[in-house]
Amino acid sequence: MIVEILIYLFIAIGLTFNLLAVIGLLRFPDVYTRLHAGTKCTTFGSIFLCLAVMIHALRIWYLNGEPSSSIMPIHTLIALIAILITNPTGAHAIARAAHRSGVKPVKAVVDDLEEDRECHSKKSST
Amino acid sequence: MKAFAVTAIVAFVAYLILTAGSGHLALWSIDEIIIGVILSIIVGILSRGIFVKKSYRMLNPKRWLFGLAYIGPFFIAMAKANLDVAYRVITGKIRPGIVKISPNLKTDLGITMLANSITLTPGTLSVDVDEKSNDLYVHWINVKDEAMKKMPRDYRYVCKNFPDWIRRIAE
Amino acid sequence: MMGSLFLGASVFLVICIVLAMIRVIKGPTVPDRVVGLDTINTLVVVAMILCGAASRESIYIDVAIVYALLSFITTILIARYLEGGEI
Repeated sequence: MIVEILIYLFIAIGLTFNLLAVIGLLRFPDVYTRLHAGTKCTTFGSIFLCLAVMIHALRIWYLNGEPSSSIMPIHTLIALIAILITNPTGAHAIARAAHRSGVKPVKAVVDDLEEDRECHSKKSST
Repeated sequence: MKAFAVTAIVAFVAYLILTAGSGHLALWSIDEIIIGVILSIIVGILSRGIFVKKSYRMLNPKRWLFGLAYIGPFFIAMAKANLDVAYRVITGKIRPGIVKISPNLKTDLGITMLANSITLTPGTLSVDVDEKSNDLYVHWINVKDEAMKKMPRDYRYVCKNFPDWIRRIAE
Repeated sequence: MMGSLFLGASVFLVICIVLAMIRVIKGPTVPDRVVGLDTINTLVVVAMILCGAASRESIYIDVAIVYALLSFITTILIARYLEGGEI
């Protein structure tokens, strides 16, 4: 009973954050803020959805005790770890590529990276 | 020899995790274990120079314990980050900027872990890294004025005490 | 009971994917489109895991692992291409 409530709760949290990620992706003004929404919220939502699947599969394994039932929770854990490692790295790569291809942050208060790059290009040109 | 042993054991553990549930010998069947031993010996011979780079500091179990303890504060910070982003998605209040921080980490593993942690924690996203000095450039969604006073910026405003944790884990 | 719950959750994720598709089509710059694609990849992986749980087929989850790793490589390749480096 309590396991089912946990599964419902985790699925609700996960779907809410995934929906928020997509809304943020549509609402924010530039690439970097969109990456904020598209990376953090999807990762967090995925953690909760994978946890729900893992609890469900662990309960099946506990109820029937077959070794082949252990495949699902373990592989879900592997998929979750793959998401956790690859998602921020991909976001970092996109942000770097966006900055190098000349996309400026909208309404930026400060941009240290741009200043440093200008310093470098002046040094190398003189 | 030590490099070969470390690589082969890691490969064997990875194989065991991927094939769990294939038989009745505590989840594994005997065929899978034999094939796993053969394959991990081959992998250990072929890629020991790539997987292990001189230093064996990650063999220290204390670092792994610190790594497990790091999950707690990290998960709390991540939950906060998501509530923060949710608030900004709904209201649309942003004050973005790119700031430079110097966390003084030396190893590649440490700087990778810090960059990924920064990306997943409140309001920040790592954009670029200076490969000579290991300084990070961080896109910050809500720039605070007190962090702007000196150069390079104080990292405590951006990522709290995560660099200290990572120094204990990876350096 | 649980099966239809997981199936409903994955249908919800498909709606999210369609919404993210708007950003891929509209996005003013190329990095915007890549951000949309990256989000879609993560959502597809999670939807595959939920489908696997709904139909009790663990092979779907293996496909999801491979999809996650391949989509990561795709994102890195596009990013390298955008910043003008050698692939």
